[in-house]
Order: sequence, then C-alpha cells, then structure tokens
Amino acid sequence: MKVPLSWLHEHCHPDLSAPELARRLALTGTEVERIAHHGVPSPDNFVVAKVLAAEQHPDADRLRVTQLDVGEDEPLQVVCGAPNARAGITVALARPGARLPDGTKLKKAKLRGVVSNGMILGESEIDLGVDHSGIMELDGDLIAGTPLANVLPLETDVLELEITPNRPDCLGVYGVAREVHAATGAPLGPAPWEQDPGTAGPLDGISVTVETDRCPRFTARIFEDVRIGPSPEWLKARLMAAGQRPISNVVDITNYVMLLCGQPLHAFDLDRVAGGALTVRDGRDGDVLETLDGETRRLDPDMVVICDADGPTSLAGVMGGARSEVHDGTTRVLLESATWDGPNIQRTSTRLGLRSEASGRFEKGLAPEQTVEALAVATRLLVELCGATVREGTLDVAGPSGWDATHQTIRLRDARVPALLGAEIPRARSAEILTALGFGVADAADGLDVTVPHFRRNDVTREADLIEEVARIDGVDKLPATLPLRRGAAGRLTPSQLLRRTAADTLAGAGLHEVIGWSWSAPDLADRLRLPANDPLRGAIAVDNPMSAEHGLLRTTLLGGLLDVARRNVTHGVADVAIFESGAVFLPSDDELPREPHMLGALLTGAVRRPTWTESQPPQADFFAAKGVLAHLLDTLRVTWRVEPGAEPFLHPGRSAQVLVSPAGGGDEVVVGWLGELHPSVAADWDLERTALFMLDLDVVIAAVPGPAVYADYTSFPEVRQDLAVVLDDTVPAAEVVRVVRDAGGPLLADVEVFDVYRGAQVGDGKVSLALRLAFRSPERTLTDEEVAQRRGAIEEALSGLGGSLRA
Amino acid sequence: MIERIEELKSAGEADVAAADTTDALEQARVRWLGRRAELPNLLRGVAQLPPEQRGPVGRAANEARKALEALIDARNAELAAAELDAQLVADRVDVTLPGAPLPPAGGLHLLTQTRREIEDVFVGMGFTVAEGPEVERVYYNFDALNHDAAHPARLKSDTFYVADDVVLRTHTSPMQVRAMEQQPPPIFLIVPGRVYRRDSDATHTPQFHQIEGLAVDEDITLADLKGTLLQFAQAIFGDERQVRLRPHFFPFTEPSVEVDVSCFKCDGTGHLRDGSRCGLCKGTGWIEILGAGMVDPNVFSHVREHGYDPEKIQGFAFGMGVERIAFLKHGVSDLRLFYDNDLRFLRQF
Repeated sequence: MKVPLSWLHEHCHPDLSAPELARRLALTGTEVERIAHHGVPSPDNFVVAKVLAAEQHPDADRLRVTQLDVGEDEPLQVVCGAPNARAGITVALARPGARLPDGTKLKKAKLRGVVSNGMILGESEIDLGVDHSGIMELDGDLIAGTPLANVLPLETDVLELEITPNRPDCLGVYGVAREVHAATGAPLGPAPWEQDPGTAGPLDGISVTVETDRCPRFTARIFEDVRIGPSPEWLKARLMAAGQRPISNVVDITNYVMLLCGQPLHAFDLDRVAGGALTVRDGRDGDVLETLDGETRRLDPDMVVICDADGPTSLAGVMGGARSEVHDGTTRVLLESATWDGPNIQRTSTRLGLRSEASGRFEKGLAPEQTVEALAVATRLLVELCGATVREGTLDVAGPSGWDATHQTIRLRDARVPALLGAEIPRARSAEILTALGFGVADAADGLDVTVPHFRRNDVTREADLIEEVARIDGVDKLPATLPLRRGAAGRLTPSQLLRRTAADTLAGAGLHEVIGWSWSAPDLADRLRLPANDPLRGAIAVDNPMSAEHGLLRTTLLGGLLDVARRNVTHGVADVAIFESGAVFLPSDDELPREPHMLGALLTGAVRRPTWTESQPPQADFFAAKGVLAHLLDTLRVTWRVEPGAEPFLHPGRSAQVLVSPAGGGDEVVVGWLGELHPSVAADWDLERTALFMLDLDVVIAAVPGPAVYADYTSFPEVRQDLAVVLDDTVPAAEVVRVVRDAGGPLLADVEVFDVYRGAQVGDGKVSLALRLAFRSPERTLTDEEVAQRRGAIEEALSGLGGSLRA
Repeated sequence: MIERIEELKSAGEADVAAADTTDALEQARVRWLGRRAELPNLLRGVAQLPPEQRGPVGRAANEARKALEALIDARNAELAAAELDAQLVADRVDVTLPGAPLPPAGGLHLLTQTRREIEDVFVGMGFTVAEGPEVERVYYNFDALNHDAAHPARLKSDTFYVADDVVLRTHTSPMQVRAMEQQPPPIFLIVPGRVYRRDSDATHTPQFHQIEGLAVDEDITLADLKGTLLQFAQAIFGDERQVRLRPHFFPFTEPSVEVDVSCFKCDGTGHLRDGSRCGLCKGTGWIEILGAGMVDPNVFSHVREHGYDPEKIQGFAFGMGVERIAFLKHGVSDLRLFYDNDLRFLRQF
C-alpha cells in the first residue's frame, strides 16, 4: 500500500519527518517497507510563466522560440517543442538549476543555435500524469513568477506500507490516517464520506437481483450528464504518487475513492447494460466473459458474475467486463459499490491468474458498511469533476441471507491486561487508545465495555484482540524483559536425541562431513538404483504440486541425495569425498501419515587420506574403509553388531553386506541396514569411481544401544596371548571362523581378532590363510599352561571341523 | 726404574692428548695400558724386585697407570660427545616439510551446528526438545492453528500437498497442538525440524529448518517472551545484544510480535566505523530474527480437554528459521548454498 504523505497529511498530519513516522508505524504494527519519493527532488526553480510570444524556430520545423513572462523585468527566452505552445497561455516552467524526477539538472542550453533558459513542462515530465502530447496549460488567473509548488503537487514522500492480512481497513489512506492518529496523537480529520450529495431511498432506472450469498451487499447509484475527460492535475498527481495510472476522470475517481476508503468501485456505462437490469449470480460452466484487459475468461460455478440481459458483463470483485466499460462517449454511469465473499474472490483471482487492486482488497473481507461510504465520496467527486448529476436514491440490495450489521461489545478486564502482557496499562490509557482506533468505549465494573467498529469486525472478536490493540499502540517495545517462573520446566535432551548427536559427532570425528539433502527424489531414482519391481523403496509418496519433476517424490532413502552430492563435488574438482547425512525418509504406512524413520547414511569415494610426501598414493576408499567407519560408529555407540553377505541391487554383488545388531534387551538380531561398494554401473551413472557406503536405520540402532556400561575387572590376572594361523577354503567367511573359535574357546577366550589374510601359492588355489590373535583371560585366577593348551586344542579341533588345517 | 715410569707416564699422556678420535684413543689405550704394554708389565714384575724397591716402584707405577686411565676416560667422554654431535647433525631433516597429517577433519553441517547451539540455549532455560512428523495433517498444520479456511498459506501455490488433507508441514508449529495433546501444562518445549514452502530464490529454499518454542503455564506473559528471547539472542549473537518487539499479525498468536535483535555488525548504531550505512541491518540498527506472540485462545480451544482452558492458562510461542540465524551469524550470501553441500562450503564452518 503506497501512501503519499501529502495525501495522508490532509487527514492526519503528525509533526514527524517521514523516517520518524515510519519508525513509529513499525513499532505499532504497520511495517514500512520503504520511504520513496515521488515527483521532483526539490521545488526550487519551478515557476508559473506566461507565454508572451511564440515564434517558429529558424532552423527547426518542430521547435518554437517563446518569450515568457516569469514575473521579472525582462522576458525569458525558452525553446519549446510542444504543438500547443502559443502566445497567451499560462505554463509551468523549469528554470536552469531545476532538477527533474530522474535527477537531471537543467542547464541553460542552445537548441539548434537558439538560447533556451529552461523547459516548459508537460505533465509526464514531472510525474504529474502520463500525457506527453504537449505542455500543461495552467489557469490563466495565476500570476507569473508564482512558485509552481504553490499551484501543483510537485513532490511528496511516499510510505510503502506492508498491511497485514487482518487489517484491510488500512488498505485506504483514511484508514492509515486513523492508525497514524492513534499511533502519534495527531488529530484525525473528519471522515471523507461525512458529506454525501446523494440520497438514500429507492433508485429508478436499474434493478438488481442478488442470487448468491457470495455477495452480502450490492449498492449502486446512477449519474447522468457525465462528461468524460482527463482528471485535474491534483487528482492525477495523487494517483501517480500512489502508483496508479490516470485514465479518465470517471475511472480515476473510482480508483481514487478505493485508495482513500479501501472500498473498490466499478463504473458501468449504463447505456451498455442490456435490459436495464443486473443479476448477481454464481458462474455457470460455459459462461464466458471478456474482461477489461481484453482477455476472454472462462467462468465456473465457484466464481461470481454480474449479468445483464445479454449474459455476464462483469467478473464480481475482480475485474469489470469490456462490454459495459466506460468510454469517451459515456454520459450515463452506473456506479457499483458491493461487498464480496473474500475467500471466493481469492480463489477466483488465483484460478484466473488475475490479481487486481480490487481483488486484493475484497479477498481480505471488507465490511458491508464501506459500500455506502465509498458511494458518498465518489458522488461528490463525480458531481464536482465530471459535471454529473446524481439521480435520486441509492440501490441497496442484500444477498439471500442478508449481511451482518452487528457491533460486538467485548469486556476488557483491567486485570487481564497486565496478566497477559506482564506490564500495567492504566484503564484510561486503554480507553484513549481504543477510542483513537475507532472503538466505542464505556466504563464497566472491572474494566471497559468496548464496541467494535464495522471496519474491525472480522479482526477483533475477543478480549485478547483488544489487549493486542492496546499493547501495540502503547508500545510492546517498552515491555520489561522477565523470565517465566518455570514451574515444572526441566530441560534436557532425551537419550535418543543425545545418541543421535553422538552418532553424528562420531562420523564427523572420523573425517566425514555432514550434508543436508533434499527431502525429495526424482521419479527415475528407483530405476537408476536398479531396484526390482517389488522393492519397498519404490513405494515413494508423490507430491501433488512439486517445484519440479525432479522433486516429485518424497525420498525413501538417503542414497540418492548422497550420490548427487558426491557427484556434484567430484564434478567441481573435490575428488575425495567422505560425507554422511542424518535425516528422515518417508515410507507409506497403513496410517494416514507415512512412517518417517530417521536414517543415517555415509559415502566414501576417492583417497581415504590426502597424499603427502611420506605417502604419495594413499589408498582409495573401498568396502573396508566404509566398514572401518561403520565399526567406529557402532562400537562408539556400544552396539553389538555384525555383518553378513548381502545382496542390495545397487551394490557390487561381491562386496555387499547387511548389517545386523543385537537388541539391547536380548532377542533376535535385526537387520538395520547395509554396507558395500556401489555397483560399478550405478557408480558410472553418477560419474563416480569406486564408492563405498553404508546406510542404517538410526532409530533401530539407537534402540539397540545398551544401558550404562558396567565395569569389568581387567587388571588382576595376566592375559595369555597366542597367535594361530589356519588355512581354509576361501568360501568360509572370516566372521564364521571367529564365531567357531569363540564358541570353542569358551569363557576363557577373552578376545579373538583376525590380523592377517593371505591368499597365494603357499596355500594353494581356492584357499585362504587367516592369522588369528587369541587372548585368554580369567577374572578369577592366573591361567595355567594346561588350561590354555586345552582351550587351544578345542579351538584347533573346531577349526578342523570347518575344513581348516593349521599352519606351522 | 722410577725414572722409566715417569717417562712412560709423560709419553702416554702426550699420546692420549694427541688422539683425535675415539678409535685413535682406543689404540693409545692398548699401546700404554694393554696387555703387552710396558707399564702394566712393570707392575706385574714388581714382585721380582728387591724388597726395598718394591714399595716405591709399585706405588709409582700404580699411580702412573691410574693417571693414564683417568686421562683416557676423560678424553673418551670428550671425543664421544663431539662425535655424537657430528653424527646427529648429519642426521638432520628438512624441518620445513609438512607434518604427517591426521585423517582430514570432518564436521557437522552449519545448520546442525546452529540448531544444536540454539537447542542448548533453550535446554539450559528449562525447555525440552520435541520432534514431530514432517508430513502432517492439515488439521495440525492449519486448522488447529487458527488459519481460516481461506488463508492463502493453504493454497497449492504456497504449500506442498501429498493428499487433500495431508501436507508437508509449512512450519514446526503443528507440534504445539500435538505436544499439548500429550502433556498437560506447564509445558516448556522447543521443536527443531525441517519444514517446506513452495518458494525458491536467494533468500528462500523450498525446504528449510525452524525451531518452534512453546511455554504455557498459568502466568506466562509477553514480557516473559521478551526475557526468554533476550537470553537467546545474547547467547547466540553476543552479550551486548538487545531485543525489540514489534507488533505483527499471525493467525495463531494474539498479541503477535516480530522480534528484532540489535545489529551485531554495527552494534545497533546503523552505521559502520567509517560512517557508511550498515548493510546488514540496512541502517536501522535492528535485524528481524523471528515471529512470536501469546498463544491464541482459539489454539487452546483445540486442547481444552487436555487441561488447556484459555481462561486459566496462557503462554507464548515463537518460531525462528535456523537458516536465517546461520545466514546472519556467518554472512552466508545465498540460502541455496546450505543445500548445495559443496565441501568447499561445508569445510568453512
């Protein structure tokens, strides 16, 4: 909402500069986006002049050399190109030194060899209008040399306000003036609709039927002997400063009244209303209307139209129709001032992609009382500026259910104000503020009985709303800063929130960077990951209205995002990537809402370390690099886990594993995710080299984290360490060997670890040699050689059972 | 005999002094004190001497031997130290070469760091941390938060829908009602989480993160909101910061305010040291950081049967953008950088 300060000052004129007023408005709830300046930068060197003589320029057909009376002894010579420059007229002159709206400073100049001491102005040159066909011709009674600013509105500051959606009353200059009055204490002028040259009562010459409740009130007046023409400069200047383009006096008046009162109007050429009757009804499929902008609009039952005998002639509340538009030859005007259902107007303008100043106001819900206010102001202007006569009477029709004319009275209890705000505001101050805002106020036993004016009817309905009004004008910036008593407030993170932090910290400590991907995925992701038709990850939920097709689905895995991030980084020259993401994925469920498990995924590609002078070719990330990170993570969380060969379709079939954890409270192991190297075809699709990843359902992992670690004695009795090498078929997994050794070793075998793996000629084709480090320990005694030998014997025997033979 | 001992001693001393390496010294030792050397043999032959000579000769020979031995030990220590020094100097490294690096450091995303920082401030003030579903019912996202049926935020141009009455939550506020359904007052909680709006430019991304706050008890006031947010602002932006409330409008709070923090770049003055206008606060001295207000009675009416009678309890709520806080604090120029996940960006924080 652009409010020219000069216009505002006509209704309320606080003794504040534009920035001071802007700050005051911001602190009372009306944000000022910008303070703009309209018109010339300064009124200096703009004067009224009279053309004494105008002669043809000797060397230019289109130029005239004029002699001007500027109230000085000598006439001033100015060259002018306007066709209407002639002796005898009174004009607006910019003398050398004057600055135009774009900042240009005028200088004395020679035009085709003839000296020119300034410029005779057309209205578009100083932003008073848009006509650039010639120079302005001013009132001949004006005295030459009069400062032009005394005659024309040369400049004004303009406040660009952000009006919150609950305050459509501030979508008019007078409403803003009321707000400024309350915020600053400066007096508020009388309402512009107080004087109405028109009359109430029945109106002849038009009949209107309202068939839909989407039109609570429809009012209209008829004007005759209307002379269409340009508006006066002051009116054009105000529209220009408020951001509206002047068109013709009747249209300008409807816009001016809307900008002043907040109520949009629409002018019909009454002679183009077929049948002398209008019907307001819901649209019908098949209804077609050409709007003022020349577009043909297809209507539907959720839109409201105004029809005459020939069908739709105006799109209610949004834009008039071309057929009944006011034109140069119009002499009889039907002026409509109506109220429309806000949500319906909003849907209509959204659906048609047609937002207008009118729809922007109606959609917020205007009060039906505003219709006749606007008619009063428009009547005065049409009579004054268009020579119109207003026909007796005002058409005033309600929708089928009528409209709400009630004024609610709400009790504002004295005690509630400090109870809600934490600071006192005296009752008298509250009464003063509410009165200034247009509320009716009466004393009651425990506070005030406050009557809500029609223009705040939708916004202020409860005591809390009144407290807000009082607080914002009194100044919420003045409130003290206190802390709540915090009864029952005991802040902490939950164990699983802490463990989630630990998981992320552990991966960051292991050299991985956290990334945050999009919650969406592309429809082709499942195919690119080679997921089979029945894979549950294919069951992604579709977004009805995605930003782009690539974000058409809700992600079912973090994998797509990790791969996209890896590719982007590799493409940008960061070849070594170690990243993880911790976040929700969305899986369909039987419930109305999807399941949102919190996943943790990690990706490694490129060198695991940077090359240095001691290690010029560090190893590339592979399965075991990822497994090392996984082990670090799960061991830090103290989860009991293991992996088994797996078969994820997007992983290298020989390097794919599933990750299992043992629930903290016992019970069967559960699969919590996978680990592996990306299938080379999938990697190639993302332009990646060897890439290793793992993915965990972090919720399930965290559920498997045991309680506090319990101390176990480790110092009292010495440990016996022995190494053992065994040759086995290469198909036997190391984990199986370790399991068998653990079982055979019994409780005295405290630890077993694979520390070397060898394949080659010494052990033969299809064989592998594993070197194991065994640690025997008892919490109760020092072990004897016999005890250890016995356990080792059992282990060797068990390994034979696996087909293994011991190496010397 | 005594004279010969003195000669041997002098010659030996000269020889030891002349030795300039530990090897040469060892040869001198063998020469003068070794098995075949004259002085030890003299000592061994003392028994064959006439009794009256045995004492003086033996004593003289023994002293000469001890003196030589001491001299050799001293000289040896001297030479060995010099030789070690020389050897260590030869064993030098180029100290200017890079050290052996640890594995490259990883890190948390700036948004996670910022979220945790904020969480910790509020946990310290007695708030618990709750999370809610990102795919949310229209009821919790709009209806229960007093958005009327025509509120523009409900439009498909603004909000992602996955079904007629299911949206990607547009704010963390739905957890206000969910939490109050589960826990009677008093309640003090924050809700960090991911939210979604159909917007994309340098200052908007279609997904972003918010932290919701909710404090409800019998006597929570707007001044308590100001005090709580002052603590927050000072913890995050510095102890000198002030906060300012400005009236605003939100459907689910009444009164509603926007909260500004005094500019930490220009110290709230609006201009920099060189006198130029501060670009961060645009010369106003204040930066908007969040929206807040007193919970609207209509919101409580949805949880009245859970102990939230709007005549008996009241409280404040606020919602801030994690991106906005991180963006302001770290001078990030474009919000989309947060989701590009370029490691050259991530490593900076």
